[in-house]
Amino acid sequence: MSGTPPTALWEVFVRSKRGLSHNHVGSLHAPDAQMALRNARDVYTRRQEGVSIWVVPAIEIVASSPDEKDSFFDPAADKVYRHPTFYDIPAEVQHL
Amino acid sequence: MSTQSLSPEQAAFDATIEADLRVEPRDWMPEAYRKTLIRQIAQHAHSEIIGMQPEGNWITRAPSLRRKAILMAKVQDEAGHGLYLYSAAETLGITREEMEDLLLAGRQRYSSIFNYPTPTWADMGAIGWLVDGAAIVNQVPLCRCSYGPYARAMTRICKEESFHQRQGFEILLHLSRGTAAQHAMAQDAVDRWWWPSLMMFGPPDDESPNSAQSMAWKIKRHSNDDLRQKFVDMSVPQAQVLGLTLPDPDLRWDDARGHYDFGVIDWTEFNEVLRGNGPCNRARIEHRRTAHAEGAWVREAAAAYAEKQRARAEGSAA
Repeated sequence: MSGTPPTALWEVFVRSKRGLSHNHVGSLHAPDAQMALRNARDVYTRRQEGVSIWVVPAIEIVASSPDEKDSFFDPAADKVYRHPTFYDIPAEVQHL
Repeated sequence: MSTQSLSPEQAAFDATIEADLRVEPRDWMPEAYRKTLIRQIAQHAHSEIIGMQPEGNWITRAPSLRRKAILMAKVQDEAGHGLYLYSAAETLGITREEMEDLLLAGRQRYSSIFNYPTPTWADMGAIGWLVDGAAIVNQVPLCRCSYGPYARAMTRICKEESFHQRQGFEILLHLSRGTAAQHAMAQDAVDRWWWPSLMMFGPPDDESPNSAQSMAWKIKRHSNDDLRQKFVDMSVPQAQVLGLTLPDPDLRWDDARGHYDFGVIDWTEFNEVLRGNGPCNRARIEHRRTAHAEGAWVREAAAAYAEKQRARAEGSAA
């Protein structure tokens, strides 16, 4: 039961306008990068949602694992002094 | 992987659902949750793809260039919606090819509404107004579904769906205010699409065994009957603006409930269509199968071209 040969999966990132970063919008299948770009234009920007598109082979993406979320992000947890609200400043001080 | 209710993974999953946070693709999730989502998202994707057929039927015969351009854009949107949804389903570990094969083998379903024929131009209006209208009522709560990729796909779809419903309403309004024959054509289409549209919300709550689990998982946010009522309440005043009637003698405002009462739905018809005995079941799958087979050379040519470019690039790099 499988008449359909697989085509490569690409993840699609779209910059909605100049000044903003590319955001992940979804994925699609295409045999090569050029077709992936054209398909991405047709699938994800039919209403001028973008001024720039990135397509990335899905297998090239390296991701952190949700299972090690705690240990992986732990080092940042005990450094509250990185946040401005950590510091007590007299109420009368302005523009700080 | 343990699916016991007290495993730490299950506890983390339950906490995510409880806190109204989203489950993301690489998170642990119960197998039943994954299977339910694959079934629902694949069925939804297939509905968009099969749903291109009843309207594609009228592209060459649209009554004006304006209507033709609109209808093509709408059918193209449906292809796009199918692709967003396949993309969301694939994050759960099923491949696109498996879903395509399951659809063609009749082992995954699509919405029963697309098994009805579109004999007149007014059907384009009735589909937009009623079928897309019912779809919107169903889909808006899915934007808050607990599975992130599905919720994000639905947000995108709902934004685009509004145009679909409005263009349908406009078609019916023009016909209704046109000649007597045009008005009759609009009324006939509404008469045929009203009841099947109400069936789109699925069986009554007391006969919908999977609903409770889907609501507990926050895949589903409202019951079938609540959504159906909402759709009826929205549609009745719109029908009045259209100058068309809805084919239900029991339809009347109930002051005590604050809702419209409506007649009994013929669930025998619904079940027959689900079983494959609707007016167009065979034609829809046959057409999809043919289109898939006739497109094989395009996929093969694209793959061969990509392979040639790759070999050429490697050759020049060496």
